[in-house]
Amino acid sequence: MTIVQAINNALDIKLADDNSVVVYGEDVGVVGGVFRVTEGLQKKYGIERVFDSPLAESAIVGTGVGMALSGLRPVVEMQFDGFSYPAFNQIISNVSRMHNRSRGRFRIPMVIRFPYGGGINAIEHHSESPEALYSHIPGLKVVAPSTPHDAKGLLISAIESEDPVIFMEPKRIYRAIKQEVSTEKFTIPIGKAKVLNEGTDVTVVAFGAMIRECQRAMVMAKEAGISVELIDLRTIYPIDKETIANSIKKTGRLVVVAEAQRSFSVGSELIAIANEEAFLHLEAPPKRVMGFDTIIPLAQGEKYFMITPDRIFYEIVKTVKF
Amino acid sequence: MIFEEFSPSEDKMLKIIDNEGNVIRPDLFPDISDDTIIKAYKAMLFERVADEMAVSYQRQGRMFTYPPNKGQEAIHIAAGNVIRENDWLVPAFREVGLMLAKGVTMKEIFLYYNGNEQGSNFKNAPRVLPINVPIGTQLPHAVGIGYSIKYRKENDIVFTYIGDGGTSEGDFSEALNFAGVWQVPVVFTIQNNQYAISVPVSTQTNSINLAVKSVAFGIPGIKVDGNDFFAMYLVYQKASEHARSGKGPVLIEALTYRCGAHTTSDDPSRYRTKEEEVKWELSDPMLRLKKFMERKGIWKEDEEKLREQYKKEVDKQFLEAENFTPYPLEDVFDYMYVEMPDDLKRQKEEYQQFLDWKGGRK
Repeated sequence: MTIVQAINNALDIKLADDNSVVVYGEDVGVVGGVFRVTEGLQKKYGIERVFDSPLAESAIVGTGVGMALSGLRPVVEMQFDGFSYPAFNQIISNVSRMHNRSRGRFRIPMVIRFPYGGGINAIEHHSESPEALYSHIPGLKVVAPSTPHDAKGLLISAIESEDPVIFMEPKRIYRAIKQEVSTEKFTIPIGKAKVLNEGTDVTVVAFGAMIRECQRAMVMAKEAGISVELIDLRTIYPIDKETIANSIKKTGRLVVVAEAQRSFSVGSELIAIANEEAFLHLEAPPKRVMGFDTIIPLAQGEKYFMITPDRIFYEIVKTVKF
Repeated sequence: MIFEEFSPSEDKMLKIIDNEGNVIRPDLFPDISDDTIIKAYKAMLFERVADEMAVSYQRQGRMFTYPPNKGQEAIHIAAGNVIRENDWLVPAFREVGLMLAKGVTMKEIFLYYNGNEQGSNFKNAPRVLPINVPIGTQLPHAVGIGYSIKYRKENDIVFTYIGDGGTSEGDFSEALNFAGVWQVPVVFTIQNNQYAISVPVSTQTNSINLAVKSVAFGIPGIKVDGNDFFAMYLVYQKASEHARSGKGPVLIEALTYRCGAHTTSDDPSRYRTKEEEVKWELSDPMLRLKKFMERKGIWKEDEEKLREQYKKEVDKQFLEAENFTPYPLEDVFDYMYVEMPDDLKRQKEEYQQFLDWKGGRK
């Protein structure tokens, strides 16, 4: 399965086993989404459960709040990362707060899915990595898988979560990675990172589409005699401090890789974790290999902005040699 | 007054010529010279040739995603004939012919869709805003410009554009409401090309048409046959007179059809029928205008020759865009702020060090 197919399969499974699940957004019904993630689902489950909405992200999310607090489990799609912002007000003002505001009387078991990230030569607003914006909002969980298997297991967990989940899908590798994935139902717990490779010299933490770049850098590092411990965050919030801290305690070094702008980012948070949880074990300053604090450029300038394996390798070497 | 006669509440539509180019409302035929008509047809032909070539460059892998304009030329060229040099244009992203009329070049448009922000830095069109991708968010900007014009007691007006799908966005209603309250000189056009990517208008709204949305905001609104050049020309004349004379905004719904895909990434065969496409081909705006001109005996040009001439011109501009100076690292940073923060300078320097290291390894 590809990531697209795995997400489709997760939605299929949840639509089949829970008739409170509804799936909607722009173009998700008839054509199955611009990336075909929801392809075939309207045909299978009908127009009342899988449907095209009018073009209004704020209302897509806002109606989702109403559905969620009255017994449905909406899974809504924002067509692109950069188009989630019209819904930002609903997300920060209501999705994340209704449970707290009503002292637990209302729950918002909804999932807001969107493709995120750059590297696909897209026009403006189609290449954003807004995980820090959403992780900064109290009341949300933020998930970003890197493989078909994880995408499926995490999405099923997200739909079953009693709390709202922002589900970020790495569009750059939507179809780039194929993996054997069981068609049976399974879940992967939200909030648990995964150690993809055990190593001793440096901890590299990443998520989503950057995992593949890190794996390539890891090969370069190995050739240079550097042993990398690679951690896939999988969930941005709640962040798995234990797995990260244990690894830093072992390696003494941290390199964070993400495509978003570096300041006030997931990278900043991971460095805070390193300081708070593993300060005495640090042998080098933790490093963020992340985007510049600029707008992500259009296609021709993306080569500077997107994190490449050699850039990760360069920073790994600098950190290890510090 | 056309705004009264063609009441959107009664779902009336302004139309002056039929599909065969016959004038069905001679009383409304605009005051327009034969020369202007011929030039307008040529401008439509140029837009169509440029658009077809853009799609073809994309197919050849020489350009990234592009949203075709084919079938919507009458709207763009009619507006282009009415808009003045000092008027503002606040576009969405499917108004190429009008942008050209305002002084934007195909080279700039190609540069933009080739992934270079310099393509939004229009050298000869200071009053045209960049292409706006987040749907509907441009309309409040148009209203703000309208306020600025009114505040300075100037005579200019603003033309702004949105699609049928965009009318569902909050910004559409908010902008129209502000425009009504402030009575600003803004001519809003909804290019109703029937689809927001795959979603038909019937899924966007339960209203009888889109022009009727003006009623709630207390501003004049009118539904027009957007494939009828003369109807569009007349409505732009009347709407701009209205706005320029201090009577406030106007909402125009131009009924048209997106003959091509939403963008080159889209496949319309998945959501609409061939029959529907064929039906709309009969009301193609260029076909209708040409039939009109032929009936009147004013079209004497060799269209194939013109096409070849335009193709050459478009290709020249495309090559200029394709051979534009390679994107320098500085361009990522230099336009972020008027005064660049020191940390950004450091980020650029650090990246340069990486590039030097990388260069040294090769």
